[in-house]
Amino acid sequence: MKKTHIIGIVVIAIAIGVIMTTAGDASAYVAFEDAQEMAESGNANKIHVVGKLPKSTEGEIYGIQKSPDMMSFSFQMVDENNRVEQVFHPNPMPTDFLRSEQVVVIGSYQNNRFVADKILLKCPSKYQEEGIKT
Amino acid sequence: MIHTGIGNIGHFLVILALISALITSYSFYQVGFGKDGERWKVFAKATFYLHAGAILGVVVTLYLIISNHYFEYHYAYNYTSAILPVYYQISSFWNGQEGSFLLWMFWNTILGIILMNTNKNWLGPMMFVFSVTQVFLVSMILGAVFGDIKIGSSPFLLLRDVINDPIFKINPEFVPEDGRGLNPLLQNYWMVIHPPTLFLGFATTVIPFAYAVAGLLTGRLKEWIRPALPWAQFSAAVLGVGILMGAYWAYETLNFGGYWNWDPVENAIYVPWLILVAGIHTMIAYKKSGAALKASFIMILSAYVLIVYSTFLTRSGILGNSSVHSFTDLGLSGQLLIYLLVFLGLSIGLCVWRWKEIPTSEKELSAYSREFWIFIGATTLAMMGFQVIIPTSIPVWNEIIDIFGGNSNLAPPADQVEFYTKFQLYFAIVVAFLSGTGQFFWWDKIDRKSLKNNITPPIIISLVISTVIFSVAKITDPLYIVLLVVSIYSIVANLKILSGLVRKNFSLSGGSIAHIGIAMMLIGILFSSGYSKILSKNNTGLLWSKEFPDEVNQDNLLLFLNEPRQMADYSMVYKGIRKLTKDYGFVDVNAVSSTDGPLRLIFGKKTTTTDNKTFLPGDTTEVVNMENSYFEVEYAKLDGQQFTLFPRIQINETMDMIVYSPDINRTLRADLYTHVRTIPDPDQETTWTELKELKVAPGDTFYINDYVAEFKEMVTLTEVEGVKLEPGDLAIQAEIIIQGEYQNYPAKPIYVIKNNMAGKVPYIVNDLGAKLTIESILPEENSFVFGLSTTQKDWIIIEAVEKPWINILWTGTLLLVFGFSVAIKRRYSDFKKMRDKDME
Repeated sequence: MKKTHIIGIVVIAIAIGVIMTTAGDASAYVAFEDAQEMAESGNANKIHVVGKLPKSTEGEIYGIQKSPDMMSFSFQMVDENNRVEQVFHPNPMPTDFLRSEQVVVIGSYQNNRFVADKILLKCPSKYQEEGIKT
Repeated sequence: MIHTGIGNIGHFLVILALISALITSYSFYQVGFGKDGERWKVFAKATFYLHAGAILGVVVTLYLIISNHYFEYHYAYNYTSAILPVYYQISSFWNGQEGSFLLWMFWNTILGIILMNTNKNWLGPMMFVFSVTQVFLVSMILGAVFGDIKIGSSPFLLLRDVINDPIFKINPEFVPEDGRGLNPLLQNYWMVIHPPTLFLGFATTVIPFAYAVAGLLTGRLKEWIRPALPWAQFSAAVLGVGILMGAYWAYETLNFGGYWNWDPVENAIYVPWLILVAGIHTMIAYKKSGAALKASFIMILSAYVLIVYSTFLTRSGILGNSSVHSFTDLGLSGQLLIYLLVFLGLSIGLCVWRWKEIPTSEKELSAYSREFWIFIGATTLAMMGFQVIIPTSIPVWNEIIDIFGGNSNLAPPADQVEFYTKFQLYFAIVVAFLSGTGQFFWWDKIDRKSLKNNITPPIIISLVISTVIFSVAKITDPLYIVLLVVSIYSIVANLKILSGLVRKNFSLSGGSIAHIGIAMMLIGILFSSGYSKILSKNNTGLLWSKEFPDEVNQDNLLLFLNEPRQMADYSMVYKGIRKLTKDYGFVDVNAVSSTDGPLRLIFGKKTTTTDNKTFLPGDTTEVVNMENSYFEVEYAKLDGQQFTLFPRIQINETMDMIVYSPDINRTLRADLYTHVRTIPDPDQETTWTELKELKVAPGDTFYINDYVAEFKEMVTLTEVEGVKLEPGDLAIQAEIIIQGEYQNYPAKPIYVIKNNMAGKVPYIVNDLGAKLTIESILPEENSFVFGLSTTQKDWIIIEAVEKPWINILWTGTLLLVFGFSVAIKRRYSDFKKMRDKDME
C-alpha cells in the first residue's frame, strides 16, 4: 500500500469524524413546545428558538421587563407556532434588540422558565425600514 | 435642496465601471487567446485604466456625499452624522455593504495596475480572469432593476426612494437635518484600518487564483506557480493581519471578554486563510521537487472560491439565525449565489478538463522527504479548515435539504467556543509538531541517523523549558501540556534552523521566522484564553440578585462610588463618571453644568482634568463624543503599583444602542481587562429615603449619610435663581462642607420666604447620595432644622479578567508577518529573474 493511500484513508476517516461530530454536537431550531418537552424529559441540551417580539397595534413592543439594576431582562416572544413565552436573559439588553425584526434565543427551560444564554438578532432589511427619526 | 447631480454622476460612473470591466475582460481575452494578442494589448490596458478611473470616481463621489453631509442620500443618512470627525467619515464609508464592496473593487484596481505593469507573458490570460471577477463585483453595486429582477444595490439611492415616510408625500424635497450616525461599535480606530486591510486580503486572493486559472486555460500547468507564489504569500500575510486586527478590535470594543468567538463571520474568513496557507505549502513543495502540483491547484482554487463563499455567507442573510452579527439583507443573495456557482463551476470544470495533463511525480513519497512532511502539513491545515466550515455551513445544509423537499432544523452548536476549541486544539498540536519537524527535512537531505542527531537537541531543550514553564505556571490539563511542549519544540527547532540560515543566507529564513511566529501565537492563545482568569470574583458572600444564574453572581463585582473593594491582588475604587475631552483627558461629569451644541461642555464648578488642566465655572471645552461616558476605576496593587482604567459606555439614542467597551491595563506579563456589566438605569427616578430632621447650629459638626459635615454659617442671599425677590422677602443659604473620602463637597440648601410663604431649594450631592433642605429656622435657639434624605450611591457592576501572556500572541503575529515578508521578497525576485529572461 502506498503512503498516499494511507494518508487518504486517514483524511477520509477524519472527515467522516468531523461530519459525525458536527451532527452530534449540533443544536436544533425548535418551537417552545418541543423545548419544554425536552426539558421535562430531562434533556438539558441548549436549543434555538426563532420568533418575534409581540407588538401592540400602535407598533410598540410590549412585555419587556428590565430588572432595576439592568443586569438582566425578560421579554415576551412569539414563536413560529404563535405560542407566547416569557424569556429571561441574564445579561443586559443587547444593542439593537428593540429594532430587531426577528430574534433567535439559544438556551433551555430551567425551572419552567425559558432562560436564553444568547440572543441573536436579525435587523430589518434596509428596504423595509420605515420612518425617519429627526 | 436635494443634490441629485452628484448621485447621477456616481451612478453613471458605476455603469461606466461595469462596461469598462466587460470590455477589459474581452480585450484581455483577446490578448491571451486571440490571434492578434499584441494589437489588443494597449487597448486592454487602456480600458483597465479607464475602469480604475471609474472606480476611483465612484469612491470619491460617495465620499463627497458623506463628507458634505448630503443626508438626502440614504448612505449618508443611514451611516453618518454631521459631527463625525474625518477619520470616522472614512470608516463610515465601509459601514454599508455597498461601500465595502467598493473598497474591495478599489483594491482590485490598484492590484490590477500593479499586475499589468509587472507581467509579460501572463498578462493576457491572467488579467482576463482578474477582470471577470471585477465584473461580478461591480454588478453588486449596480442598482439596476429590470422588472422583478434587481441587480446590485446602489450606494447612490436617495433617502426618499428607500425609506417610506409620510413626510416625503408632503414634501418630496425634505432633507433630514442630521444622519443616524455611525454605529457606535464602529467608532474605533481599528475600524478605520481593519476593513481596508481585510479587503486588501480579500482582493489579493484573486491573484494566485487568476494565475492558476490562466495556467489551466493556457495549458502552462507548471509555470503559474512561480508568479503566483509571492502573491499567495502576500495575500496570506495581509489577510492574516486583517483577521487579527478584527480580533483585536473585538477585544478592545466588544465585551465578550476575548478576541475570538468562533462566530460564523469569523469562521468564514478563517477557513480560506487556512486553505491559502496550505496552498502556499504545496506550491513550495512543488517548486522543490515537482510533487503536489494537483494539490496546489485544488488549494489555490479553493481558497478563492471559499472567499466568495464567505462573502455569500456573510452578505446573503443566510446566517441570520446563527450569527451574533446582524446582517442587513440587501436582496443580493441570488446574485451572490451566481457569483459563487460560476467560480466554483469554473474551477471544477477546468480541473476536470486538464486533470490528466497535470504532471504528477511518480516517485513514492519517502517519509524522510520534505515533500512528505509539507504535504502532511498542508493536509492538516486543510482538515482544520474542513472541521470549521462544515458546522459553520449548517444553515446552508438546511437550505439545501429544504430545496430537495426535506426539512431540517439543525442549528449550529449552542456553545461555539467550546465546540470549535475542542477540535482545533488537536489540529494545532499537529501543526506545531509538523512546523518544527518539517524544517529539518527542509534544509538537509536527511536519513534516519542524521534526523536523530538533528532532532534530539531541540526535543531535550524544549522538554526542559516546558517543564520549567508548567511547573511555574501550574498547567495541569494534559492537552494544554502537549500543546505547550510542541509549540516550544517548534520554536526551538526553528531557531536552530534560523541560526544556521542567518549566517548563510538570510533571504531564505522567511519560513522559519514565520513558523516561530505561529508557535508563539499558539502559546499566546493557550495562556491568554486557556488561562484567562476572572479576578472580579464576588467574595462578599452576597448575591447581586437571586434572579441571576450563578455565573453572573460569582464573576462580577459591585462597586459603590468611592468605596474601596478588594479584588485578588488589587484594591479598587470606582471614582465616578467622566467625559473624555478632546485635548485635556478625562473630566468629572459632576463639574459639567450643561452643554453647548453636540460637542461642547460648559463647566459649572471648578475642576481639574486627568491631564491637569483646570477649568473654572463658565469655561467650555470640546469632547470627543458626547455619547460616551467613562467610569473611572482606580486600581492599587499591594506592592504599590497604581493605575486607572476608564471602561466606557456609549449610549446612542437614535439607534437605541447601549454599548459597553472595556479598558485594558497592559503589562508585559498580562492584560487586565475590565468592563462594566451594568449601571443604574438612567431613566429610573431616584428614590429618596424618608426625610430625617437634624437640628444644627452654625459651627456644629454633624453626620450626613455617615460622612462628617460641618455647618459653617448661614448667609443671606440677595438673589435666588428662578425666584424674584421683592422687598420684605428673605432668602438664606446654608454653607455646609461635607468630608468625602477623596474630596470635600459643599452643600448649599436655600430657604426662601416670599409673600410670607416659605420655599425650600434642596441641594443634592450626587457622589454621596444625599439631599439637604432647610426645613425651618429656630431664631430663639440660634439654630436651624435641616432635612436630610439619602439614596443609594452611584454604583457599577464590573467584570475584570486577567489575560496572561497575550503579548506573546501579538508578538507572534508580527513575526509571522515579518517571516512572510522575507519569503515574499525572495519568491518575487525569483519571478522577476525569470520574467526578465522572458521566460514568464
